[in-house]
Amino acid sequence: VNIARVQWPENVRSGEIVKVRLLIQHPMDTGYLQDFTGKVVPRNIIRVLTCHLGSQEVFRIEPSSGIAANPFF
Amino acid sequence: MKALSWTRRKGLKGLLLAGISGMCLNSQFAHAQRMNSGRLLSLEDMVQPIVRGDKLVKKELQIEAPILADNGSLVPIQIQVQSPMSEQDHVTHIYLLSQRNPVTQMAMFQLGPWNGSAGVSTRIRLAGTQEVVALARLSNGEFRYNQMEIIVTESSCVDAS
Repeated sequence: VNIARVQWPENVRSGEIVKVRLLIQHPMDTGYLQDFTGKVVPRNIIRVLTCHLGSQEVFRIEPSSGIAANPFF
Repeated sequence: MKALSWTRRKGLKGLLLAGISGMCLNSQFAHAQRMNSGRLLSLEDMVQPIVRGDKLVKKELQIEAPILADNGSLVPIQIQVQSPMSEQDHVTHIYLLSQRNPVTQMAMFQLGPWNGSAGVSTRIRLAGTQEVVALARLSNGEFRYNQMEIIVTESSCVDAS
């Protein structure tokens, strides 16, 4: 199964601005909702997501429960 | 004939009962979530934990999002900050803040001069109609913000998705 899908343009020239898109399959449970038996669904959130180019970190996301399920960046 | 109408009456009664119990169940579910999403934070309340008294201006930051979102569990949003993204002048952080959500800071993005443009796009959850604030921190310590009201017809905090 594809858990995460990354998309970027086929041909990248040096110095060009490139948009990289990422789609992750993740429930992003907030920890506030209850299932049908009344049990609280435990919090399950992506906390940190980093993007590296070579050895350098170029982009970092710190999501919270305010991000929708199956997050897309 | 008599027997027929009797079953019809019974059937109607059953329907009514089912309707009422369904409503009760619904309200119970709504109550069961210990949400304090009724309160609305002011802009100061949202922004000051991050800005901490630094310079804050409302300019050159665009929010692109639907004015009316049918489903609060999935609202696409795009933030674009006008910045040359050079070593001297770039955006270091972009924050997405919510007025009504139980967690005010919805996401934080860290950028640098190596990013070609200061724009991000994602999908957020909203607990009802509210002002969404996008806050950007620039490399010189200045903050920029913009806000947009998004009308949410179905809150993210009622259904279980």
